[in-house]
Amino acid sequence: MDTQVHLKMSNICKAFNGIPVLEKVGFELRKGEVHALMGGNGAGKSTLMKILTGVYRADEGAVLLDGQPIEIQNTEDAEAHGIAMIFQEFSLVPSLTVAQNIFLNREPRTAMGLIDDRACVRKTRELLQELNVDIDPNTPVEQLGVGYWQMTEITKALSKNAKILIMDEPTSSLTENETEVLFRFIKKLKEKEISVIYISHRMDEIFEICDRTTILRDGKWVLTESHDSLTVERMIEHIIGGNMEQAFVWSERQYDRAGEPLLRVSDLHSGSRVRGVSFDLHRGEILGIAGLMGSGRSETMRALFGIDPIDRGEVFINGSKTAIRRPDDAIAAGLALVPEDRRVQGLVLDQDVKSNMLLPILNRIKKGLFVDDPAGEAIVQDYVRKLNIKTDNIFKAVNLLSGGNQQKIVLAKWLVNAPDILLLDEPTIGVDIGAKIEIMEIIRQFADAGKAVLVVSSELTELLALADRVIVFHQGSVTQQFDRKNIASEEVLQHAIQG
Amino acid sequence: MQSKANNLPASTRFSLRGFDWRRYIVYVAFVAVFFYFSVTLYDEGFLSTNNLLNIARQTAMIAIMAVAMTFVIGAAQIDLSVGSVAALSALISALAMQAGLGMFGGIIAGLGTGALIGLINGLLITQIAIPAFLVTLGMMIITKGLAMWVTDTAPVPILNESFTFLFGSGDLGPIPVLLFWMVVIGIIGHVLLRKTVYGRRTLAVGGNENAAEFSGVHVKRIKLLVMVGSGMLAGLAGMLYAGRMHSARFTFGEGDELSVIAAVILGGTSLFGGTATVIGTIFGALMIGMINNGLIIMGLDVSQQMVVKGLIIILAVAFGKKAAQR
Repeated sequence: MDTQVHLKMSNICKAFNGIPVLEKVGFELRKGEVHALMGGNGAGKSTLMKILTGVYRADEGAVLLDGQPIEIQNTEDAEAHGIAMIFQEFSLVPSLTVAQNIFLNREPRTAMGLIDDRACVRKTRELLQELNVDIDPNTPVEQLGVGYWQMTEITKALSKNAKILIMDEPTSSLTENETEVLFRFIKKLKEKEISVIYISHRMDEIFEICDRTTILRDGKWVLTESHDSLTVERMIEHIIGGNMEQAFVWSERQYDRAGEPLLRVSDLHSGSRVRGVSFDLHRGEILGIAGLMGSGRSETMRALFGIDPIDRGEVFINGSKTAIRRPDDAIAAGLALVPEDRRVQGLVLDQDVKSNMLLPILNRIKKGLFVDDPAGEAIVQDYVRKLNIKTDNIFKAVNLLSGGNQQKIVLAKWLVNAPDILLLDEPTIGVDIGAKIEIMEIIRQFADAGKAVLVVSSELTELLALADRVIVFHQGSVTQQFDRKNIASEEVLQHAIQG
Repeated sequence: MQSKANNLPASTRFSLRGFDWRRYIVYVAFVAVFFYFSVTLYDEGFLSTNNLLNIARQTAMIAIMAVAMTFVIGAAQIDLSVGSVAALSALISALAMQAGLGMFGGIIAGLGTGALIGLINGLLITQIAIPAFLVTLGMMIITKGLAMWVTDTAPVPILNESFTFLFGSGDLGPIPVLLFWMVVIGIIGHVLLRKTVYGRRTLAVGGNENAAEFSGVHVKRIKLLVMVGSGMLAGLAGMLYAGRMHSARFTFGEGDELSVIAAVILGGTSLFGGTATVIGTIFGALMIGMINNGLIIMGLDVSQQMVVKGLIIILAVAFGKKAAQR
């Protein structure tokens, strides 16, 4: 591979209100390289990228492009130097076509001064062909999958001669298939000597698509290393700054295998995705669900929690048959669901920590006709402390908090209700490694108290660290099940998932 | 420092920089307009008790409908039918009394009409999933048509004196009954919104319907309830118009929906739902009433009043928004 250095940032310092956020950080990007930038919340990743894209200006330090020092004073400068940030979805107009979006605000004109639609479509088609993307330039963006939105976005950046792309959690809203297509596209970009800075919390992805990793911690550079030698364990150790905690290492747990299962699901049908799901969940057990998106794993949880109607099949809780028609039936039966999308399904983003956490238990903290706020606030304070939720106070709107803290609030809002069975759909998606470890620990403690956990995760590392047993979903039913101790490696599970 | 901030009640937690302008702009604007009229219209008697009570009388119906609308908008819905519902309820109530059903028959007929239309609105919104804007736009026209139809546009006199006293015409000592209605509805609304499970859930639905559903909240039930509440209080407002005029007419409440929505938004409730304040709404309504009153005393004719009123509403909201961005 060409190892020519394309971009070099050295000795970058930045402070806000006298508090240093970046201290002498260095970063180096080679031509045609996909380079992962990692670190927990507050490590300084986004500040560094904002300096590179001209949103902030560094207090000290230099940026060299192809060996030449450059000044990035504002976002226009960054764009002129070929540096582009790829936003996930917000910068496209859904009702306009791919071609119209790519040439938005710089449309080619005819001699009359009108927009030359034909030239616009022709140029877009050329660009897309060059990148092997099979999209019709005349398709409105809203008719494309989210994966293609990003490709449109990237194509737009490339049409403006971008050479360096910054992608922040690009796969967080993609299905596995879309992710694959995006990764193929990124590999194509590498051939064209485009360099990519890739920010993600997902280890498996990073090792799949990236060539090297740079890790920041507390505003300082910690490590830059090629993936030829870097291991997951060392990566985690460097991100959290210390020995890898036990969180990611599975150890055999004791649970009540013989007794009456806490939850028994028998021949569950719901919609077109859940077609005859059966399994048992025991007291003290953490049961993992593996499967592709669309295999019925999330849909089973939605049905169990009364979000989607149960068409057929039976649910037994503690041995007695339970009818679940609505979420409040499920809550009354001792279930709790941490849904897959915390921003859409988990939280009222504009409301504060307290209101979010108390929403499911308002009826329980009622005194006569009225909500007992002091009692509620005491409960919230207690859980903020227990779960180590970082917020100035409990009256702060949750959209001002980091992903990890938001996710802990979603967990807390159910823990305060003392459920018996916790249904977790991607419980650590998009949270930094520190919070991830804490959340995994909370899950274990919950199960250790004699309750039960059902967890869906597309991150197999996490699933294998948590689960006592794993059941595999394929096309709407359980096709295989494993005792954790019989799973030798991730590959075994990966193979089972593909069916 | 941190733990200290935790113990303070919500209302005292702001620095000047973090001052929540959208929430408080209505009080600033209210005081400013009040002072302006007090000074410039002093000689014309703006500050006289009689005039101030008149403002309360003229504002009561808008304020009462606006209290219910605060819940509707707080739940990210809208109700455009309130003005027409007020007219129809007034007429049905008057017709019931004319038919010899007495005062209680009249009250039940009036409130029932409002509640029924609210229920239909709510069912269309929740069961057929038509957006509230469209449902209530249609209902506004239908109800207005019905109000004109029931008596062939003729007014219906109300001879029941206890009714006219209780609903709009009476005074308790120096205080008009209308002011009592406004205060009572305002207090009930405030307590309901701030202190009860229903109020909290309403705001959760407005803030994020999905998250509310995933938290076990009956989203459809909440939407249904806010619409029924809005219809019922529009019915009450219609009866207050009728009691005050000793008759019911189809023209009651014409254009009120816009004043009601303006009062709610001026008061600091988010047009997109999730945050709402009943006290703010009452002050929003009072401010609109005060502006009306002041402009009339100034001698502006109706056309000029409309221009100035519209300008003040836009300015107040714009100022609140601008200040909040700083």
